[in-house]
Amino acid sequence: MTVELAAFPRVTGFAPVQYAICLKGIVWREGLRFLHQRERFVAALVRPLVWLFIFAAGFRQVLGVSIIPPYETYILYEVYITPGLMLLIQLFNGMQSSLSMVYDREMGNMRTLLVSPMPRWFLLSSKLVAGMAVSLPQVYTFLAIAWFWEIEAPPLGYIAVLPALVLSGLMLGALGMLMSSVSKQLENFAGAMNFVIFPMFFASSALYPLWRVREGSPLLYYVCELNPFTHAVELVRFALYCQINWISLAVVGGCTALFMVGAILAYDPSRGFLARRGEPGGGT
Amino acid sequence: MTTAEPPAVAIEGVSHCYGRRQALNDVTFSITPSTFAVLLGLNGAGKSTLFSLITRLYAIQRGRIRIFGRDVGRASSEALRMVGVVFQQRTLDLDLSVVQNLTYHAALHGIAKHDGCARAEEVLARIALSDRANDKVRNLSGGQMRRVEIARALLHRPRLLVLDEPTVGLDIKSRADILRYVRRLVVEDGASVLWATHLIDEISDDDDVIVLHQGRVLAHGSVPRVLDAADAKDIGAAFTRLTQGTDAAIEAS
Repeated sequence: MTVELAAFPRVTGFAPVQYAICLKGIVWREGLRFLHQRERFVAALVRPLVWLFIFAAGFRQVLGVSIIPPYETYILYEVYITPGLMLLIQLFNGMQSSLSMVYDREMGNMRTLLVSPMPRWFLLSSKLVAGMAVSLPQVYTFLAIAWFWEIEAPPLGYIAVLPALVLSGLMLGALGMLMSSVSKQLENFAGAMNFVIFPMFFASSALYPLWRVREGSPLLYYVCELNPFTHAVELVRFALYCQINWISLAVVGGCTALFMVGAILAYDPSRGFLARRGEPGGGT
Repeated sequence: MTTAEPPAVAIEGVSHCYGRRQALNDVTFSITPSTFAVLLGLNGAGKSTLFSLITRLYAIQRGRIRIFGRDVGRASSEALRMVGVVFQQRTLDLDLSVVQNLTYHAALHGIAKHDGCARAEEVLARIALSDRANDKVRNLSGGQMRRVEIARALLHRPRLLVLDEPTVGLDIKSRADILRYVRRLVVEDGASVLWATHLIDEISDDDDVIVLHQGRVLAHGSVPRVLDAADAKDIGAAFTRLTQGTDAAIEAS
């Protein structure tokens, strides 16, 4: 049996179906890797559930939530923090995907991706979509468990929230990817994750409404307002009640584009941080 | 009128620096299609840097690289379609099966799953690993992993195969098997091969040899031509003479 070598005629560009095949392949591989890491799935769920069942239950009596949009009545504190915890899952997932990119760079697997003839921007965007796609089943599993805890959104809200989750997942994934490009070693990145995850989560509207933050500290309020995570939380909170928070949508959309462009440039072999360090565009 | 086929690889005046350290210095050579070319050099000679430039992992700082006439810098997509790569470092996903690794690679080249599976079956049969298709890569031996990497590099049917020290860390039998298999590709399929190594015994008399040392090409041509240039009886002696001469010249300057 012989393997034919490619014919000589000039072949330029790729058909849209080939881009779709490539994207599907990258998402499929990310999904398989996720399935092989069952501990990651468990950890992704345990973290927000601890916040929901222990932290929120304990603070329910202390932290009252007044009627603020999108809520039309008084709500339990558990209901208030649910969107923030959904985003916490996506935040960790985005960082985890980026951590695996740093790992792949160290181990050399990243080269397989980067020597593909597909445009590099497309490969990196696909990687981003794949990371985001993996976060969705985690978020919906969390919502299903929360539903049994009587934390319920309107039935249509579970569908309406999907585009918001896609956008916020892309934004957080792109941020992680950008961070991974400046981190040369796995250990450095793991450390840097803590400097991003916790300030982003705590300095946001995930755990307390911003009007309460403003009462406590006006400076912190402005920090929270500038935090893209706040807007991702609000986007999801409103979407869960079939509403759109336009300002949050604009901020999350803008940040997604900004972080994505930054990450793509960072992984560019001629311009990126990796090139400056003498690292082959993602490989080592 | 006939059009001459362009070289499989044409490296023209390529230089590359890492900060102040010059890794490649005005490297120029070309490889005729359907030949087995050996890039011979010690560790740190610049072989891996050159491979990274050929495969677009590094941006070309100076000079030009063309693969069958396609410029890697300007038409990288077209050029990379014609290249199959085996890196020095293992790049398989250990947690995926052999066939999953291959179909993933197929997808990265825009090849649909059913076609990718058929091609995977074909290349695995060729490297006598059909029975391990569904095994996780983690469970394969070093030699088998290398064979899978070669199979993967061939999956999209490239015209040029570049291998960066593919036999490093393998036992004698695995080394011989892989070398024999890749040589067969040249003879039977007309593939062009660029094989980087620091092992003299991997060179055969019919090969095209490029001696790379401290980022410079010291000699290039058939084995007899390199022997003539170095005035040596065997390729080992020729390599020693060429590289020592360069080291002495650098020290003197």
